[in-house]
This record gives sequence, structure tokens and C-alpha cells, in this order.
Amino acid sequence: MKKVLTGNVAAAYGATAARVNVVAAYPITPQTTIVEILSEIVADGELKADFVKVESEHSALAACIGAQSAGARTFTATSAQGLALMHELIHWSARARLPIVLTNVNRAMAPGWSIWADATDSIAQRDTGWMQVYCENNQEVFDTVIMSYKIGENENILLPTLINLDAFFLSHTSQVVDIYDSERIDSFLPPYNPKYKLDVNAPRSFGALTSPEHYYEFSYLLHNAHKKAKEVIREVGKEFGKKFGREYGLVEEYKCEDADEILVTYGTIAGTTKDAVDRLREKGRKVGAFKIRYFRPFPDEEVIEVLSKAKKIGVIDRAVSFGHEGPFLSEVKAALYESGNYVPVYGFVAGLGGRDVSIADIENIHDHMINNEPENLIWIGVKK
Amino acid sequence: MLEIRFHGRGGQGAVKASDVLAIAAFEEGKEVQAFPFFGVERRGAPVTAFTRISDTEIRIHSYIYEPDILVILDPSLIGAVPLTDGLKPSGKIIINTSRKPEEFSFPEAENPQVFTADCSAIAVKYRLGSKESPIVNTAILGAVAKATGIVSIDSICKAIENKIPIKKEENAQAARETYEHVLS
Amino acid sequence: MADKNDKKINISGASDMPPMAASLGSMRQNKTASWRSIRPIIDEDKCKNCMICWKFCPEPAIFPTAPPTIDYDFCKGCGICIEECPFDAISSVKEGK
Repeated sequence: MKKVLTGNVAAAYGATAARVNVVAAYPITPQTTIVEILSEIVADGELKADFVKVESEHSALAACIGAQSAGARTFTATSAQGLALMHELIHWSARARLPIVLTNVNRAMAPGWSIWADATDSIAQRDTGWMQVYCENNQEVFDTVIMSYKIGENENILLPTLINLDAFFLSHTSQVVDIYDSERIDSFLPPYNPKYKLDVNAPRSFGALTSPEHYYEFSYLLHNAHKKAKEVIREVGKEFGKKFGREYGLVEEYKCEDADEILVTYGTIAGTTKDAVDRLREKGRKVGAFKIRYFRPFPDEEVIEVLSKAKKIGVIDRAVSFGHEGPFLSEVKAALYESGNYVPVYGFVAGLGGRDVSIADIENIHDHMINNEPENLIWIGVKK
Repeated sequence: MLEIRFHGRGGQGAVKASDVLAIAAFEEGKEVQAFPFFGVERRGAPVTAFTRISDTEIRIHSYIYEPDILVILDPSLIGAVPLTDGLKPSGKIIINTSRKPEEFSFPEAENPQVFTADCSAIAVKYRLGSKESPIVNTAILGAVAKATGIVSIDSICKAIENKIPIKKEENAQAARETYEHVLS
Repeated sequence: MADKNDKKINISGASDMPPMAASLGSMRQNKTASWRSIRPIIDEDKCKNCMICWKFCPEPAIFPTAPPTIDYDFCKGCGICIEECPFDAISSVKEGK
């Protein structure tokens, strides 16, 4: 059934559709309405789950870790400073191989105090072992919550997922979202039944002291799970498409087949870029858009396959790795280097701290690529 | 795709108006998008909100710079903020005022079509908000339906029933009454 | 007191390991008695069955029987029970004699 929902409501409905057993969260703008709505859904008895009120984001994720270790399917949500406060337990939950799902409303890190869109908060969690996915619209938010449990709970994967949606541009924007029947969702997503869990009849120790003899191997296993996850993400995305009519992969191509220049981006800017590509094509420019959904595991294969064919690549980042360049830019360049196709790559930074990225901005980016030599860090719209 | 920009002051309900209009269009089978200018809400401060209505998927996630329609909930904003920036040629401007359309001029806009309706008086009549600061969002949507024809007044009223938590009947009646009293 | 995981497992590499730092078996096979340098001995005549030793044992390797019994497979010989016993009913004997 189609409804008009904000991104935050879509996230809460996704968790409800996935029949999570435990929700633990602490409020922070612009995430708050996700768990506010979930608390109402739980209170109304529409979702049979425990809603755990906690005193901080650190405790929220700790509560999820405890519950998930006991075999519960858990959900939490946060933003920016809240995600940073979770950091210790972000590492813990990945290394403990608990497929928790966390929706992070991408918000700028303070100071200056900002509640607006910026991906720096989630990029800072890059090396924790979590899968990271960036959503373009509210339908994708709803669908991704459901798929993330299926992918993460696969016995060969066992990884948590950080689902990112841009502050306000998704979290507080109403769009049409198709909410599928719960029977169909149940047939797609079976209940969580982990092999390793806290069980009084089969006791184990979890997270105990691990000597250099074994820690190294646990890291190797975590990395291998990410490598295997790429195939599982593709398979689950296809299965989802067959079942619900919307197929997802690690990336999404838009008019890339014959493109001379390809604009690479993620999150809501990816949607605006598709409209910009249509306008540029009307002017006779052969340009395409390439959306990266998964930052971790990083889709090297898709990046190489599609981008190697272009003459120029422009990567638009809503984040900066200070002292270097845009974080997605680095990954794209590294993947292309791996392939031996040294396509010129332009790095653009745009939209930090919620600055709007318009179609005109994207047209300017394309103009810049046509008229200039490649650079690693071009600040779009910065007032110098 | 039609792009509508709402201008009001904190407390008048501009954000809710953008949402209700989107839901009314959705009820008629359209793709929609509604969102406020992302600021920190304060009573009385200028507020901007946006609605997009389309027959196809809406992919853009950016503010509206070239609106087809402007909806002005508070005439005191005229001259105070650059309301008509980017308004498309022959774009429609709907103003909550007791004055007539010919009393307004927007020389910076190209051939704008001005419509007026006394939404404040109608909102007060139906006891929406207070006499001093009436909530005019539902009333002005009646004027939007009449002036633009983008959605029917019935769809507006249905969306009000769905989306407005209190005084549903009074809000719907205010929209219907405004619909009948739009000047052009 | 046997359980499903009460078995000793040898690990040669990642392919034998669980995905997370979990023990494959229960800790029952991880007998820590070899760490012990002193052995606590309960004097049944002095013991009043107050169970303070049972409460304080951090392992926990003391069972609340009457009188309490010490599980010498897991007692690490930390001596806390000896220190806490209000009736001086627990004495220590050096191991390896």
C-alpha cells in the first residue's frame, strides 16, 4: 500500500516490517522521530518488541549488543554526535559479528553546531567492520532496512549495517513509499536464528581475552565476511526485486552506457544528479550518473566495470577527509588504479553542513570537468 | 512537474500546508514531495516550505528555485523577503489578504497572475488558532485548489481529514469557504 | 553438570574458528587449576555454613553445599575465601608438595 512518508517514518516502518525484537535508542535531531514513531508502534502493540529507554547512545548500542547476543533482532538509530559516542561499541558489535541495523541520519559534526546533512559522521566509522549503505529516497530507506537484516543475518556474513539517510533531505521530506504486505515481507525475511548466541543449555564465553595467536585470524574472518557480503548483497537485491518489484545492487547506473563523463555520488545528491544528467543530455552532453550505495563493502568490481569505459570521472562527496580529499573519491581512484585504467578523476566536495546541492551546482561541476584539468579537491559553491 | 513554494511565518502552518497539498495530489494518483526549508522553527520568523507534484518519479532533492506557484500565507512578508525569486513567467501568486489582486504589483516577476483570499478572516470564523494569530494553512489550500486547479477541493478536504489532528471539520469547511471566495 | 558444549576443541586456523571471539566449547574445559600455587582447605569443624566464602569466590569455584565444597578444577588459589572467612575455617596449603 502506498503512503506519503518522511524518511524517518519510512525507517521506523522498515524496522516494524522486519519485526525487530528490541529497539534501544536515545533521541538526537534529526533522528528523533524514527524512534519516537517506533515507541508509539510498540506501545500500540502493533510491534511486539521491547523498547529500551537508555541514558546515552553508547548505552543504546550496548543494549542492542546484549539483546542481539541473546538471539534477538535489534534496531537503533542516531545521528552525528550520537554516532560518535557509540564509536567504541560500533567496533565491538562488528567484531562480535552481531547483525544489528542502525539507521544514521547523516548530520554534520560540531562545532559549529549543526543539525544539517553531511556524511562525515558515518565516514568516520569506516574501519569498524560495519557495512555502510547510503540511501537516495524514502522508498530505498524502507527497503534497505528490510534487506539489511536479510544480508547481515546470512550465516556466512554476520555483519551489522549502518543505513545512512541525509538529514532533512530525506529524514524530514515526505515522499510516496510503497509499504508491502507483512506476509510477503515475512516470506522474504525469516526470523533471526543465530548459530552462536547466549544459551544456558550450550554455554560459551563471548568476547574473552584473545591472544595474538587468534586475534589476527578474527580480523581475517571479518574482512572475508565483507568480501562475501558483496555477492550476498547482489543476490538479496535481485530476490527483493523479484518479490517487490524494486531491484537493488551495490551501485546504480544511470545513462552510463555511452557516457563520456560519469558523475559519481551517493545519498540524495544522486537523485538530483539524475535530473541534472537529463538536463545536460538535452544540451547534447554525453554524461551519466553512477550512484554508490555501499561504501563498505566497497564495490570495486562495479566501479571498475562501469567507470573504466568513461573518458572522465567526477566524484561528488558530501564529506571531506581533512588533509586529503573526499572519501569516496579516494576509493574510486584506488579501484581504478587496481584495474590499470587511469581515467582522469575529478574530486568535488559539495553540500557540507546541509548546504543545498542544486541541479545548477551539478551542471557547474560538469562544466568544470569539460573545461579544466583534474584536481583532487574542488569546493563547489565555497565563498572564498 | 509542478513546483510550489509556500511563504509564511512560524505558527501559521506553512509546513503543514505543503504536506496536506502533497497528500491531496497523492490521493489523485500523483508522485509528490513535501518538505520545509530546514531551519530552526521560531514563532513569527519567516518560514518557507515546498511541494513538488509530478506524474513521474521525483528524484531531485534540492530546494525549489524556480517555482510555478507561490503561496503567501502572510502579506507582511511582501517586500520583507525576496518572495518572487525565480518565479516562472506567468507564475501564480496566491496571497492571504483582504485586499484585491490589483492592489499588488510584482514588477520583478514576469507577468505574474495574482489571486487573493481573506484566509485570516475565514480561519478566525472557524476558530482556527486565535484572532490575533489565526492558523490559515487549511483555508489557503482552498484558494490554491481554486486558483491553480492542480487538485480538487474534495482531495484537499480529504487530505485535511487525514493529516490535521484537531478540528478536522472546521478546517475542511474553511478550505471550502475560501475556495468560493478567491479573487483574481 | 555436563552441557552440549562441554568438549575440548583444537584450533589450527581461521577455518576452525567461530566468526567472533566466542569459545567453541564452554569454559568447563578451560581448567584454571594449573594457575594455583596455594590450595584452600575448609576445616569442617570450624565451618558454620555461613556461605561467605561462596559469595566472595570470584571464579566461582565454591559450591553452597553444607559444608561448602571447593571445585579444585577451577580454584585459582587467590586466597580471597581464606581472607573473608569470619571463623578462620579455611587454611592454605602450598601446592606441589
